[in-house]
Amino acid sequence: MTNVLAVESLSKQYGPTTAVDGISFQVARNEIVGLVGPNGAGKTTTINIILGVLEPTGGSIRIEGIDVATERSRALECTNFAAVYAPLPGNLTVYQNLRIFGMIYAVKRLSDRIERLLRDFDLERFRDVKAGVLSSGEQTRLCLAKAMLNEPHLLLLDEPTASLDPATAQDMRAKIRALADERRCGVLWTSHNMYEVEDVCDRVLLLSRGKILLEGDPKTLPRAHGKDTLEELFIAVARE
Amino acid sequence: MLPLFAWVAIDMVLWGFITKYLNAVSAAGFDFVPVFLGAVLLWDFFTRVMHGVTMAFMEDVWSRNFLNIFATPLSISEYVGGLVLSSIATSSVGLVVMLFLASSIFGLSFFAYGIALIPFLLVLFLFGIALGILGAAIVLRFGPASEWFIWPVPALVSPFAGVFYPISTLPQWMQHICWALPPSYIFENVRAIVAGGTASVSELMVGAGLAVIDVILVCWVFVRVYRHSVRTGLIARYSAESVS
Repeated sequence: MTNVLAVESLSKQYGPTTAVDGISFQVARNEIVGLVGPNGAGKTTTINIILGVLEPTGGSIRIEGIDVATERSRALECTNFAAVYAPLPGNLTVYQNLRIFGMIYAVKRLSDRIERLLRDFDLERFRDVKAGVLSSGEQTRLCLAKAMLNEPHLLLLDEPTASLDPATAQDMRAKIRALADERRCGVLWTSHNMYEVEDVCDRVLLLSRGKILLEGDPKTLPRAHGKDTLEELFIAVARE
Repeated sequence: MLPLFAWVAIDMVLWGFITKYLNAVSAAGFDFVPVFLGAVLLWDFFTRVMHGVTMAFMEDVWSRNFLNIFATPLSISEYVGGLVLSSIATSSVGLVVMLFLASSIFGLSFFAYGIALIPFLLVLFLFGIALGILGAAIVLRFGPASEWFIWPVPALVSPFAGVFYPISTLPQWMQHICWALPPSYIFENVRAIVAGGTASVSELMVGAGLAVIDVILVCWVFVRVYRHSVRTGLIARYSAESVS
């Protein structure tokens, strides 16, 4: 497996506060890596640094071997993201949002790609509906459709299923799993739902106070640390 | 579409009738239409250009779209270029509507300004772009709450730009500020042409030079503010702050 994302000694300091403390990890093609940890652990900070919207204090990030610090635009051409706190403009329709972001990402045969995504994410009936009037679950599906526009090699998902009902969340997990398998895409996935992480992730990184404390297969990691479930392990780490 | 031409249309109608009234009550021979209505039209054009940039930027603020936009491969120069293109489109609509109303209802002919009309529009356009980008930089640096400051900027600048009166009317300290502002050179020359004289090429060149310097300067400021925002996490936090 070759790495689509390589994070090396990454750190972020806000004055005396250390948000991310020299973490290193990789995400390979076809791999879904779960980034879990308590609130304030540094998950979103890490994702923001990878996306180039936050400058690290130290360390390096390479996406497909391209250094984000020096070739940001080229690195982000093959990257995309969806986050619960980054909804798409509510005054544009579903189609307009996908069209504009498709143009920004220079997606080839954009009309065909949008039609495919509208079908895949069950958004066809909302094509001409303004994104602002969609339910939170529908907006999440739209964000995920936008995240798939450029068929990214690296997909960053910050709590992507937080506002979805269990059935839709399961469908979305299956779609993202299929994307990782079929498109040779690497996925970095943050979630507070440990059952979801256990279900979908190949590997999990447990982050606390800016450091990676544990790393491994989410199905075997709890037992290796004397816990029955990932949730129990998470709670134990969070309370330390 | 309505906001693109509604306010400029109201301005044209209002000032058109004011100038007609002034023509009726003043001494015969002086035509207020090219002096006042022409000045209002040019100033509104400048305001539309500035607001065209800031409005496009504020759309991203209001829709909490910063993270989505700045996490794409779009470079900062492409983003600013997009703001300028958006302003060209919206201000052009406003200009066409103003020209139509001013000429068809009040008989203002822009041909009266001759070839000088081109540098008039160009300098006002460049200065509008400069102030628009500066406004965007201020909001990016100080957050969405600072938008209250950028909308009245044209009104704050207008007393110093000599839109309705010669710069010599102003006290000396205000005149020093006037000559640092590109529009001052434009409106002095508008009045010179209307009075039967000719435009001063050297003054227009100074105005154009200042406008170009202003554009370069504010682009530099915007890039600095953007880098500061990326370093401190302002862009990453912007979505959350806009929500709260």
